[in-house]
Amino acid sequence: MTTAQTDTNRDLEAGLDALELGPVEPRRSWWRQALYSGLPPVVALLLLLAVWQLIVSTRHPHNLPSPSAVGSELQDQWSKGRIQEGVRNSLYHGALGFLISTAIATPIGVALARISLLRRAFRPLISGLQSLPSVVWVPAAILWFGLSAKTLFFVVLMGAIPSIVNGTISGIDQVPPLFLRVGHVLGARGLTLARHVLLPAALPGYLSGLKQGWAFSWRSLMAAELIASSGSLGLGQLIEDARNLSSFPGVIVGILAILVVGIAVDLVFFSPLERRVLKRRGLLTT
Amino acid sequence: MTVLDSLRRRHVPDTAEVDSAAVVVDGLTKRFGRGPLILDDISLRVAPGEFLCILGASGCGKSTLLNLVAGLEQPTAGTVEVPGHKPSLMFQEPALYPWLTAAQNVELALRLRGVGKAQRREETQRLLGVVRLEGAGAKRPHELSGGMRQRVALARALAQDSKVLLMDEPFAALDAITRDVLHDELTRIREEVGATVLFVTHNVREAVRLGDRVVLLSSRPGRVANEFAVDIPQPRRIESPEVAALSVVITEHLRAEIRRHAQKATS
Repeated sequence: MTTAQTDTNRDLEAGLDALELGPVEPRRSWWRQALYSGLPPVVALLLLLAVWQLIVSTRHPHNLPSPSAVGSELQDQWSKGRIQEGVRNSLYHGALGFLISTAIATPIGVALARISLLRRAFRPLISGLQSLPSVVWVPAAILWFGLSAKTLFFVVLMGAIPSIVNGTISGIDQVPPLFLRVGHVLGARGLTLARHVLLPAALPGYLSGLKQGWAFSWRSLMAAELIASSGSLGLGQLIEDARNLSSFPGVIVGILAILVVGIAVDLVFFSPLERRVLKRRGLLTT
Repeated sequence: MTVLDSLRRRHVPDTAEVDSAAVVVDGLTKRFGRGPLILDDISLRVAPGEFLCILGASGCGKSTLLNLVAGLEQPTAGTVEVPGHKPSLMFQEPALYPWLTAAQNVELALRLRGVGKAQRREETQRLLGVVRLEGAGAKRPHELSGGMRQRVALARALAQDSKVLLMDEPFAALDAITRDVLHDELTRIREEVGATVLFVTHNVREAVRLGDRVVLLSSRPGRVANEFAVDIPQPRRIESPEVAALSVVITEHLRAEIRRHAQKATS
């Protein structure tokens, strides 16, 4: 090929590239972004509070406390440090239980995904366990471990492990076979293939499995705390104590605390992580 | 059948050529399990630096043939030899890894080949330069156009440093303008690198635009039906009268092959 022709081709190609890529859209400024994603949930929350207040002030139901009663109860519990202690203990048990579950469930998930015989043998059991409410393990756990932290951990593990195993399996199943074939052509086998191709490719599915695993951990822990009060004060026990005192505002404060922790963990940890992974792969449009 | 056989025999090269062949396929036969015969007694010899296009309608086993040459499948009978090289393979989809940037995709191929860390960065830049994507190394696959992705895939294939490049309809999913430009690019790069190319396509003009030789496969099972030397000097234009004239001839043969199946279906 002549030089002139090569130059023309180069320009042609550069022109095509520029046309196909199109202009880069400017990014939203941070305060616009905050307004865009932060304002709707705040407005929704205020609306719910207004409806609540409206019901209480027009119908005067004797067994529904007003938002202000719940607010002062919250203030009272907070000043006594009970909420902080409950959040601390529950988060500790929940997070540690979740980490142990992850460590146990991930290798099981990888093995089940890659070894056909194991999968055929255990997959129905794992799926069954996932739909089993983990609260049914509480009586058994109390018989085995008594009213101790071990009981809490056991229930958390039984709730979270099947869900993380299933998430790992579906993450690996969703890896396009072509990725593996390319890896083969490039000369990757066995562990090298797993490290450079299989595991990174399975990451998005694995992450949503972890997210679900956390939800199961948190739910299971609360169920266990409600039934089996162990030595330390958790959020579930906060509710149980309030019920024993027939304090309706106290029960609602406990529920709200559990809800807020659940939302916070997702907002601070899982959502940003998931967004980052998906965004890098072009799987997130906004 | 005897006519086709004699046609094929006529093109078997002499022993001197065989010794220096880049790819030797001999009596290659493939069936999957107890399924129908996919490839039947295919024999091909590709000279070093030759650009061979394999042309055929659906069901001729083009992709299976490339997978066998790449070593991704095992032959039922016959042999495949690629002396001294592990061939690199390009697919219709770029199949770039979305968790890596364009440069990291190329670099992974170098890494898996065992190239040292210091050398990898430099070599990656050089390869991106070969496909004219020097500035796009930091971009992720989803940020690139279809044509750019396929060029990154080409750079990754070149990173394997194989002198034998197998291409499975790599431009089939691209628009006509981009495909035309990539034909020019592939012609240039192949001259630059001096690679032997085995290029599978169902597009007759593409085969004539690119190939030194075009092998026509029949379908179900795939057999070598005919072959054509393309004596048109490069660079060719896909719309040139010479390319068009030979395409007309080959298309006639291809249609005759396809028509045989109509007779089979009605009889």
